[in-house]
Amino acid sequence: MTTTTVDSHTADDAHEDHGPPKGIRRWLFSTNHKDIGTMYLIFSLTMFFIGGAMAMYIRAELAIPGLQFRHPEFFNSMTTMHALIMVFGAVMPAFVGLANWMIPLQIGAPDMALPRMNNWSFWILPVAFGILLSTLFMPGGAPAGGWTMYPPLILQTGDAFPFLIFAVHLMGLSSIMGAINVVVTIINMRAPDMTLLKMPMFTWTWLITAYLLIAVMPVLAGAVTMLLTDQFFGTSFFLAAGGGDPVMFQHIFWFFGHPEVYIMILPAFGVVSEIIPTFSRKKLFGHDSMVYAASSIAFLSFIVWAHHMFTVGMPLTGQLFFMFATMLIAVPTGVKVFNWVATMWRGAMTFETPMLFSLAFVFLFTIGGFSGLMLAIAPADVQYHDTYFVVAHFHYVLVPGSVFAIMAGAYYWLPKWTGYYYNETLGKIHFWMSTIFVNVTFFPQHFLGLAGMPRRIPDYSVQFADFNFISSIGAFGFGLSQLIFVLVLLTAKKGVEADDRVWEGAHGLEWTVPSPAPWHTFTTPPKNRIAAEAFE
Amino acid sequence: MSESQKNPHRGLIFGLLAIVGGSFGFGYALVPLYEVFCEITGFGGRTNPEAVVVQEAPDLTREIRIEFMTTVNSYAPFEFVADRDSMTVNPGKMYFATFTATNMTDDGKIAQAVPSVAPMSAAEHFVKIECFCFNNQEFAGNEEKAMPLQFIVDPDLPEYVDTITLQYTFFDTERVASNN
Ligand code: HEM
Ligand SMILES: [Cu+2]
Repeated sequence: MTTTTVDSHTADDAHEDHGPPKGIRRWLFSTNHKDIGTMYLIFSLTMFFIGGAMAMYIRAELAIPGLQFRHPEFFNSMTTMHALIMVFGAVMPAFVGLANWMIPLQIGAPDMALPRMNNWSFWILPVAFGILLSTLFMPGGAPAGGWTMYPPLILQTGDAFPFLIFAVHLMGLSSIMGAINVVVTIINMRAPDMTLLKMPMFTWTWLITAYLLIAVMPVLAGAVTMLLTDQFFGTSFFLAAGGGDPVMFQHIFWFFGHPEVYIMILPAFGVVSEIIPTFSRKKLFGHDSMVYAASSIAFLSFIVWAHHMFTVGMPLTGQLFFMFATMLIAVPTGVKVFNWVATMWRGAMTFETPMLFSLAFVFLFTIGGFSGLMLAIAPADVQYHDTYFVVAHFHYVLVPGSVFAIMAGAYYWLPKWTGYYYNETLGKIHFWMSTIFVNVTFFPQHFLGLAGMPRRIPDYSVQFADFNFISSIGAFGFGLSQLIFVLVLLTAKKGVEADDRVWEGAHGLEWTVPSPAPWHTFTTPPKNRIAAEAFE
Repeated sequence: MSESQKNPHRGLIFGLLAIVGGSFGFGYALVPLYEVFCEITGFGGRTNPEAVVVQEAPDLTREIRIEFMTTVNSYAPFEFVADRDSMTVNPGKMYFATFTATNMTDDGKIAQAVPSVAPMSAAEHFVKIECFCFNNQEFAGNEEKAMPLQFIVDPDLPEYVDTITLQYTFFDTERVASNN
């Protein structure tokens, strides 16, 4: 905030000399990056539990063969809503929350560049998910055609259909606004001596992610708009009878969809790239190569979309192109994994909760990367496609991948947010329970998929019974373990007070401000502190 | 707003908004691009949408089996069958086939058949001279109608293709009334 705006404030308005306004107004009208970050994180956790409850329903239904509960259509609604809520409501807002809190602190900026838009991009989200959740109570039920919304099936949704489309539009709007804010903040508001290549990895990966969001969220908006006009306004983008083609939807959707999966993993790469050096007490190995790797992943993510469509029918040259392009992504991804391991090599490592989650991330995300490579083999994918093998793949990259990185980040920065260390014992229990149960849940799904169990079905042949039962036990265990995290948050201010640095090996501007970080930080840009914060 | 005039971020914001607009437009641009791509290459089993003339000598040494498949879209209240399941043809010669559709309701209907050819590499070599799929088909209530297809298999058909499957899906056009 600059002094030029002060005179427009009324007497009781908040500016840099005062604390935050009291009560609900602080949150409703907030333009403060820390408050908005907090709201994003709480919103995300709420969605994580709502989506999680749906997952519990899914695994309860699948625990034994036969239909246990409601009708199959409801099961389909649950898989569809679970995915939409976890992707757009839990994972993405969690990373935006972390970005809001940490990017200004990491680059020495007083706030996000566009604080009022920041307020809007947050408050749109509860509206969007309110609408989406309300479809559960509509005639015809909630959307049940899968989160990928393929026509013509999705056009058979009942009254919920236009609400689904509208909710997706709002989520996209929120993401685009958030992304514009991140880019402008990073490009225009860095401390004077922070050159681009001196930026911390979390900020770097978010810059790349924000560009991805700006480039592909509008494509999704276009695709769902075409669905809407096909249904209500007589167009036939995807209706064969009118000269359209339903397969085209899949191309447009995955042109968005594959970059979208990298939107959910690049900031996770950033978080672990912050944590591993801290607890290894070593500089991040190959900082610049990390930047180039993340950029190449982002670029390649635009030219691999049809690996989701190998079975749809594609000429041989197309299959070969998409197969090799997909495999190419493994190269920069491998560079990242190598660099994390090299950072730990001969480091003085300690294993606090954030480090444990990061280590599990490196190991388990890589398993997801391997199954991804298997799926990328076009002839093999004909066997794997739409089976539980795919379910196992994307849950490995998203749960012990993205979600673990979010958890790691939350534990890592929590003392900076609250001013106190969280309860380390609870944190460790949370970590071990999560790690054990996530594997019990998802590892057997590889076997189910290889044995031919299709995804998105409420009932299955008895030969799949045992592994499904194990998977359900794991899922209930994982769900319960997450309640420990709530306990950690509830007791977050009951521990030992944290100093500014928080972690012995922590480096970066965010550790030079007090703990808890005051409402306003870096009102004057930090000078000549970047070099001092570098390792060595 | 005096503040927005001073906003130092304006240029960058407009640049980013331009990307947003461009991406939204790109999504729509994919539609014609995709159409053109499929039409040129025959990918996706697309066949010629209009009548064409082929003048090449028939290749009597080669026999190709043509299989007919019919599907009725779930919304369409029709019965729709090929009069023959299959026929054997020589490339370069003209053939006729007939399909029969029946409107199962008492109301008038307008239907549209959408063709697809497999294998994909045969799509551009399966040439329809005249086809009921070129136009909407009008049906009175309960009307039964025989519909003609006239085609030639282009002698340039790749060597390895000995069977071509021609598949029609029959749609009720009420849902896409404003088209065609
Ligand atoms: C080495 C990197 C990766 C490769 C080679 C890869 C490859 C693939 C392939 C080929 C499929 C399609 C499988 C099928 O439907 O038959 C797929 C599906 C999927 N992948 Fe990956 N993937 C990789 C990383 C990731 C990451 C990092 C994420 C997310 C964080 C991710 C999320 C997903 C999701 C959500 C699906 C399923 C989408 C659906 O059909 O609902 N993947 N992956
Ligand atoms: Cu993909």
